[in-house]
Amino acid sequence: MSPEQLLAYVLDPDLLERYGARFVDGLLVTAKLVAISFTLGALLGMFLALARMSQSLALQRLAAGYVYFFRGSPLLAQLFLLYYGLGSLKGFWQDLGLWWFFREAWYCALLAFTLNTAAYQAEIFRASLMAVAPGQYEAAKALNLKRSTTFFKVVLPQSLLVAIGPLGNELIMMIKASAIASLVTIYDLMGVTKLAFSRSFDFQIYLWAAVLYLLIVEVVRRTLKHLEARLGRHLN
Amino acid sequence: MLDQLSLLSFASGGWGQALLAGALVTVSLALACLPIGLPLGLLVALAARSRKRLPRAWATTFSTVFRGLPELLTLLIIYYGCQIAAQKVLAALGYEGEVLINTFLAAMVAFSLVFAAFSSEIWLMAFKTLPKGQLEACAALGLGKRTGFFRVVLPQLTRIALPGLSNNWLSLLKDTSLVSTISLIDLMRQTNLAVSVTKEPMLFYGVACLVYLLFSALSGRVFALLERRSNRHLQGARP
Repeated sequence: MSPEQLLAYVLDPDLLERYGARFVDGLLVTAKLVAISFTLGALLGMFLALARMSQSLALQRLAAGYVYFFRGSPLLAQLFLLYYGLGSLKGFWQDLGLWWFFREAWYCALLAFTLNTAAYQAEIFRASLMAVAPGQYEAAKALNLKRSTTFFKVVLPQSLLVAIGPLGNELIMMIKASAIASLVTIYDLMGVTKLAFSRSFDFQIYLWAAVLYLLIVEVVRRTLKHLEARLGRHLN
Repeated sequence: MLDQLSLLSFASGGWGQALLAGALVTVSLALACLPIGLPLGLLVALAARSRKRLPRAWATTFSTVFRGLPELLTLLIIYYGCQIAAQKVLAALGYEGEVLINTFLAAMVAFSLVFAAFSSEIWLMAFKTLPKGQLEACAALGLGKRTGFFRVVLPQLTRIALPGLSNNWLSLLKDTSLVSTISLIDLMRQTNLAVSVTKEPMLFYGVACLVYLLFSALSGRVFALLERRSNRHLQGARP
């Protein structure tokens, strides 16, 4: 078998020319989906973690219930619940003027992913905030620092150092989970792959997608490892 | 409200029985992944700790690939890949016709591989906490390699690995919802069918979420019991 024939099995030039540009678009959609929902999820997750550690019992229960629900059920079911479930209340959303939001699969997927990752990130933030030694709070109090200063300048930097490892894992989980968005008609990397396969019936398309996903995940993992070592360089 | 509840009843016209059957498929699929996934994960962990280079390289590749690929993609690759491979093999043998792979089997293989990859990391972590003295004690007592592993090392590993394995089990249980995309009639697929017939997405997807939640809660209980049992030598005598 000549090298060209072998190449045609794993990277057919014709196929690449036909679907290459689409794959790049799909990659961008995946990146956008993950970036936006992960960032918004971090904000919401931080609030949830603070709510879970607050003095108010009602807030604690509410946050705990939220986290329990979103961590205990599959993302796929949550996405369908939001997209098909909330999307079926057309009249209600039209009255509120929010129909443009729930009509679009893109916004629903963003919302579902944000809510889902917020629950996981809340647990990470909570664990990392609890990992800060109590002496740090006492020292901040002894120095008469304001509550906001204590949180942002003393507690948060130390807890983020603990959180960055698990947060990286969560980011990788999100990148993988974003493939689910293809099931509600979004053309992310997975969506493009399924489209290309359904037209060409060439199995190598799936292998391209596998390689691309592996590359992304591996690059993200190595970058985060590097970042973690850099942030913790005063520790060793 | 009562109309909606009657949709969930077990009588004719209700979807209760269909959902229950789907839920059973979901649970049995997740359970069916354990007999392959657990030993394979342990094997990969052992290979990763091997002194030879080849097993180490295999173990790293295996766990990188199956932990890095989206579960949906793994599932589709195994499903369509096996189908195409089987078709090619049969065509070479002279059989011309449509070949369909059993979806349950394909899903079982795919999720077992993913579960093995994730659990191998847990086993590896557990290996690191095992004191070296345990192995030396085995050698000092003249225990064979096999006896030493099964009677001394494995019980201690299992105790340490249980919390991690429980996390893996929970994600496996939730990942099984993806099989609805290769039209295996699990809980999610039944829910989709129910929604397309009754046009009540809010109710049925809500119920599906709650059923998954119930399974998660139940397995949480079981794992808590298992953990208590495996840690019973560490508890003080009760007053």
